[in-house]
Amino acid sequence: MTVTLAHRRVAARLLDALLAKGAQPVDADVLQPAETLLDLYGESIRHRAYVTDDPVKGEQMLRPDFTVPVVQMHMADGAVPARYAYAGEVFRKQLAGTERPNEFLQVGYEVFDGSDPAAADAEVFSVMQDLLAPLELRATVGDIGILRAAISGLETTERRKAALARHIWRPRRFRTLLDRFGGRASQPENRKILVAALSERSAEALIEAAGPVQGVRDADEIAARLDALREDVNTAPVPAAQVEVLEDILRLRETAPNALERLRDLAVDLPSLVPALDGMAARLEALSSCGVDVAALEFDGTYGRSSLEYYDGFVFGFYALRRPHLAPVASGGRYDALTKVLGQGRAIPAVGGIIRAGLLADLEGAL
Amino acid sequence: MSLKLGVPSKGRLMEKTFDWFGARGVHLKRSGSDREYAAEVAGLQGVSLVLLSAGEIPRDLATGRIHLGVTGTDLVQEKIADWRSRIVRVDEMGFGNADLVLAVPKSWVDVETLDDLDAVAAQFRRVHGFRLRIATKYHNLVHAHLRAYGVADYQLVDSQGATEGTIANRTAEAIADITSTGETLRANHLKVLAGVPVLRSQATLFASRTADWGKIERAALQALGSVMGRDMTEGVLHD
Repeated sequence: MTVTLAHRRVAARLLDALLAKGAQPVDADVLQPAETLLDLYGESIRHRAYVTDDPVKGEQMLRPDFTVPVVQMHMADGAVPARYAYAGEVFRKQLAGTERPNEFLQVGYEVFDGSDPAAADAEVFSVMQDLLAPLELRATVGDIGILRAAISGLETTERRKAALARHIWRPRRFRTLLDRFGGRASQPENRKILVAALSERSAEALIEAAGPVQGVRDADEIAARLDALREDVNTAPVPAAQVEVLEDILRLRETAPNALERLRDLAVDLPSLVPALDGMAARLEALSSCGVDVAALEFDGTYGRSSLEYYDGFVFGFYALRRPHLAPVASGGRYDALTKVLGQGRAIPAVGGIIRAGLLADLEGAL
Repeated sequence: MSLKLGVPSKGRLMEKTFDWFGARGVHLKRSGSDREYAAEVAGLQGVSLVLLSAGEIPRDLATGRIHLGVTGTDLVQEKIADWRSRIVRVDEMGFGNADLVLAVPKSWVDVETLDDLDAVAAQFRRVHGFRLRIATKYHNLVHAHLRAYGVADYQLVDSQGATEGTIANRTAEAIADITSTGETLRANHLKVLAGVPVLRSQATLFASRTADWGKIERAALQALGSVMGRDMTEGVLHD
């Protein structure tokens, strides 16, 4: 059995503990419409979630997590503030050769409360920590909001900033773009040739000479991108000092208070960081007043970049000290932007986390 | 029991496979009438020839229903997850060459590379409210390729045939398909993206690691190897 009775007992215990703290119990269908998840996560979700076909409802997915259905439910008819708890199986494809399970129990806690984001972040983190208390775990925290703040403050075009922000979750592509925008890598050769051609002929003439316009993407769209390419080729590089700040953030691995200190230094060169850093300082204070030993927290500047791309602020994970190769025993973060995408115009600040109950049960069993 | 060699059951791929083996001293032939999918290997004990659709050969290799099989690298890599643990590449056969490529309309003068395709995907989604569609039947290979490069905001739509027509039919914006000469692409006013193709494929002789390699099959593999003048057991038989 992938999910054992021992796993279920631990999940039930965790859920009870969350309900005792006043969370509302919620549930979600196992079958979720694939379209929503594909639009959010892109094609990669097909390779992580099980897709099945229904002749009436179209493509369905075995729920890969609860966050999306819980957010949808809340956006449809939830009152603010709200605290939800749930427990149930989620389903993920795993790579050949890994020992990670294809179905496992998640127990989750989601907080929709915009009154004090720092306090809400700290609440979710400390609730998770309390539930995991007897185990020896290492906690890592990060903040995607700091990366976003850094990008927004770069002295460059909005287009370049948007391109970087879009690829925060794809580190290799992010690196390629940063090297190009920072002037370390030259513009692709074909672009220079194209822009040179544009100085002699109009976009319309170039398109017409190349071949018939076919399909949904029309000539105006092609011309608009040619404009963008011309602008980009003629854009000055992002100042080297600012590129270095971005790289320093990505390299940062320190205890949380030291990381904040270091980031404050970096903000001298990139003042757009200041509001995000004030947020981080408030969060550390709030964590402290929840009884979390912040001096022992590890801050990792890249944390959360390789997970599914909906966390856009605080992120955290708890790892077994003796078995660091395992998936995190618990993880979570802030996902304000997701509520906006799913809320059809409305948005609610939200933060949440999950515990892998089966992993916790196995670790407890090994104690 | 015997060593089962799976060979494509029709067309040029079958003929060239027969030629390839023939040039190496192994004579394959169809038995009975031309319509029957029965065949034999002349003069070799313990080897039987099975004629199969080229598309079925990867799965039969992976599950061990055949011991050796001839098919394209593209089909093996697309259809069999974790193929390296179940299938061994014995020899590339030098024919059936084809590349799996990404192609877009020639009129997209702003697109030459994957880098451009990614930027256009972002633009397309902003303008049209849905993800740029790439028509293909090679979902796994194309996804792995685009993922490695960090392309986002696209979707793969299934196309099992006449893929190059999907753009004009407005059911896709780009395609990923197998091409050997590029002729069909040109005829449809499409161009291949620059850079390495998604996959370079050719007809390849594969061996199954999961098949039942008993005494007879082992002896047959060694016999086959000695006729062909090469060791075929490497990576297949392990004692």
